Amino acid sequence: MNGNQQTKSVCMDAAEIERSLMRIAHQILEANHGAKNIALVGIVTRGDILARMLVEKIEEIEGVKVPFGHLDISFYRDDFATYLSPEVLSTNIPFDVDGKDIILVDDILYTGRTIRSALDALMDIGRPATVQLAVLIDRGHRELPIRADFVGKNVPSSREESVRLFLEEVDGRSEVDIMQVAAGGHVGSAPLGGGN
Amino acid sequence: MALLLKNVRAIDPQVALDEVCDIVIRDGKIAEVGQNLSIEKGETRDMGGKIAVPGLVDVHVHLREPGFEQKEDIASGTRAAAHGGFTAVCCMANTNPVIDNAMGVEYILARAAAVGKCRVHVAGAATQGLKGEIISEMGDMVAHGAVAFTDDGRGIQGAGMMRRVMDYASQFDRVVMAHEQDDDLVGEGQVNEGVVSTRLGMLGWPAEGEEIQIARDIALSRLTGCPLHVQHISTARGLEMIRAAKAEGLKVTCEATPHHLFLNEDAIGDDYNTSLKVNPPLRTQEDSDALLAGVIDGTVDCIVTDHAPHTAWEKDREFELSPFGMIGLETSLSLVMTQMVHTGLIDYNRLVEVMAINPRKVLRVEEVKLQAGSTADITIIDPDLEWTVTADSFVSKAKNSGFIGADLKGRATDVYVGGYATMQDGQIVE
Amino acid sequence: MSFNHKHLIDITEYSADDIMQILETAQRFRSVNERRIKKIPTLKGFTVVNMFNEPSTRTRSSFEIAEKRLSCDSLNFGGSSTSTVKGESLVDTVETLCAYKIDMIIVRDKHAGVPRKIADVSGAHVIDAGDGKHQHPTQALLDLYSIWQAKGDLNGLKVGIVGDIGHSRVCGSLIPALKIMGCEVTVIAPPTLMPARPEVLGADHVTCKIEEALPELDVVYMLRIQRERLEGAPYPSLREYNMLFGLTQERERMMKRDAIICHPGPINRGVELDSFMADHPERSVILDQVYAGILTRMAALYLLLGGSEDGITA
Repeated sequence: MNGNQQTKSVCMDAAEIERSLMRIAHQILEANHGAKNIALVGIVTRGDILARMLVEKIEEIEGVKVPFGHLDISFYRDDFATYLSPEVLSTNIPFDVDGKDIILVDDILYTGRTIRSALDALMDIGRPATVQLAVLIDRGHRELPIRADFVGKNVPSSREESVRLFLEEVDGRSEVDIMQVAAGGHVGSAPLGGGN
Repeated sequence: MALLLKNVRAIDPQVALDEVCDIVIRDGKIAEVGQNLSIEKGETRDMGGKIAVPGLVDVHVHLREPGFEQKEDIASGTRAAAHGGFTAVCCMANTNPVIDNAMGVEYILARAAAVGKCRVHVAGAATQGLKGEIISEMGDMVAHGAVAFTDDGRGIQGAGMMRRVMDYASQFDRVVMAHEQDDDLVGEGQVNEGVVSTRLGMLGWPAEGEEIQIARDIALSRLTGCPLHVQHISTARGLEMIRAAKAEGLKVTCEATPHHLFLNEDAIGDDYNTSLKVNPPLRTQEDSDALLAGVIDGTVDCIVTDHAPHTAWEKDREFELSPFGMIGLETSLSLVMTQMVHTGLIDYNRLVEVMAINPRKVLRVEEVKLQAGSTADITIIDPDLEWTVTADSFVSKAKNSGFIGADLKGRATDVYVGGYATMQDGQIVE
Repeated sequence: MSFNHKHLIDITEYSADDIMQILETAQRFRSVNERRIKKIPTLKGFTVVNMFNEPSTRTRSSFEIAEKRLSCDSLNFGGSSTSTVKGESLVDTVETLCAYKIDMIIVRDKHAGVPRKIADVSGAHVIDAGDGKHQHPTQALLDLYSIWQAKGDLNGLKVGIVGDIGHSRVCGSLIPALKIMGCEVTVIAPPTLMPARPEVLGADHVTCKIEEALPELDVVYMLRIQRERLEGAPYPSLREYNMLFGLTQERERMMKRDAIICHPGPINRGVELDSFMADHPERSVILDQVYAGILTRMAALYLLLGGSEDGITA
């Protein structure tokens, strides 16, 4: 574990995450009048796992398995630091984006830059009918005019804090932690693999 | 049909043999060597105590076919070889066209099979057309039977070219035979540069013209690892370089001709005898003495003739305009017997080494031993047969010998190639 | 994982991990190259100079495509109409370029050592696209990528390289690169085409007999034979070269069942390679190598320009 960060509090536990996802799934179906034209695209580092979980819940509710894929936005970052994951996780969108209502899925919405990159990437892949955004946590501090359509929980935070989602299948536990970052430490989206 | 040679003095250092015995030949191979042998069916010949040795091989002859058939051809040249006691020769590539590809190799082998009187091993040209510019298709020639590569007739002038030749040839376990002649230094040289060239008023062929390339080629053999065979070595210093190269462990061999061993420049008198015009030229007494010592101590690996037939009218002209070379197949053995064996300089074992064993090693062809199982290539020698060399002595088309008038003692009388007699009692068997 | 290199000049400066990082990154660029909009904004605003002082269409165009797909600004500099024709020295030319505030120079030159010189003189990143007969690192990388894609784990793979080993910058990078990745390398050529000390490059076995080597090899890499003037040539004819060293249809039966065929291109059909072998549907990865060139060059540009300044805190 990275010595930079210490957990201050847990703002969502496993059961709360589960309930939020179920509600978001219902909301997506309501806003889009069913599952007919939707597709989910999860943003890599945990947004993709959430997307898959939402697809499962939509199937439970509506009996339809909607198409989904994952998006790696490294090539579209605006900071160009080579933020590589040790694993090779490239973009995989195994369906035609053109004309679809795409639900982007991410874990934490913070400055909005990740979503801006994701929009650029999506536009280079095809021409969706609409793009909607579902996030588990909105922690505020937007730096760009970006907003989420579906939110699990609003969690106010300060800039010295880091908000991180841990999921059972990759981290061994499911919870959202608010963590204290030491001065000079990195705040923002984490690399895959849980190196910190 | 079996053949029994009774009462031969069989000599072969390869199997430590020197005794009077009988040899049975069957199906082209030696079936048995021993005492009081007999065969049920076949021919028996009593050889009366004459010497039997593994068949002699001359690794440097010019058969002149294709292109120069008026001088000699494969039929006449191989008969001359048989007459001289040879079971095999290696022919040079400077014919017309040059033997520098598989087609040429096949041609020679086919002609030899059809009309030859001894085995013919083919040396392919080292460079295309003997021009010294592009390597010849050695791989293809080897695939069709070539045993060695040489630009003999000419020296390879460029060191880089010789390096490429040796590098490329080293893939094939074949020797590069080198005619050592630096054209720029030798120029139009006619005879050895020195006393005789001055006396005769002719352009000289300095020893260095040969030695420089010997030194170069030894160095290139060291660099490339390719086996080198220095042809018709003629100078003492050249031989010394060979000696040093062998001491160093390099894969270097050399050959010497009877005319370089037994003649020297003093033989060329005011008669300007063109039969004595050879390339490299007859050198000094010191040089020929050194070569004799080289045969004795093993530095000289092979005795060859560089059999170089020319028509009478070509040789019958001004010395400077006459082509180089003398014939030698039919006098070689007799000269070595007379000058070296009968004088006690070498014994028969050494003779067999330089005229039968080492030549086969250089060519990397099958060994021939006087023992059961070996191919029956055998030369029978009458050591006491005395004869005088005349123009009529020769079966070759050409008569340009430098030894006309010589009294010689010792001569091959019978030759067997693969069990078949090519010469019997001094007569070619047709 | 950090990528701590500023230049790609000498492949032996790269570790197996570095190379693997490049190969894995290259793989990630596939989706960009296979969709309609073949462009990502990652290297937007970086100026890359393609300084090709030796003629080249294949390598230069491969680099150009890689640059443009990453949104770089490419500048093509070189060829017969350059200032070097007017007598300008290499150093002066490079300093002129640097005055344009460029970020990277990709250089091909007929003299060995030029990329290192440029790296010393300028502050830019340098990629060697082939210096004399010395190295051609991006070729080695694309070859490794192609082999990796076809055969999986490179460690322990037996690779044979056939052709002009001694005068080939392809070999100068490929052999060391294969060794870094744990391969076993056999070089096959007539002695006239071998370097003086093949073991210095890293060759494990040296032979002039292709038929003895073929049955052991997992990868057969054919080098291009120069069809130069035959005077002073290291082999007597193209015919004999094909006879002794060509990957002919007859020799296919000697190859391992799953052995693959590589060639850096352009091919001389009928000389080093029969048409049948060049186009072999199962064995030949030659066209894949060309695509791999785009992917690995994109990866090299991305890793060199992206991370090495500030490094990475993973």
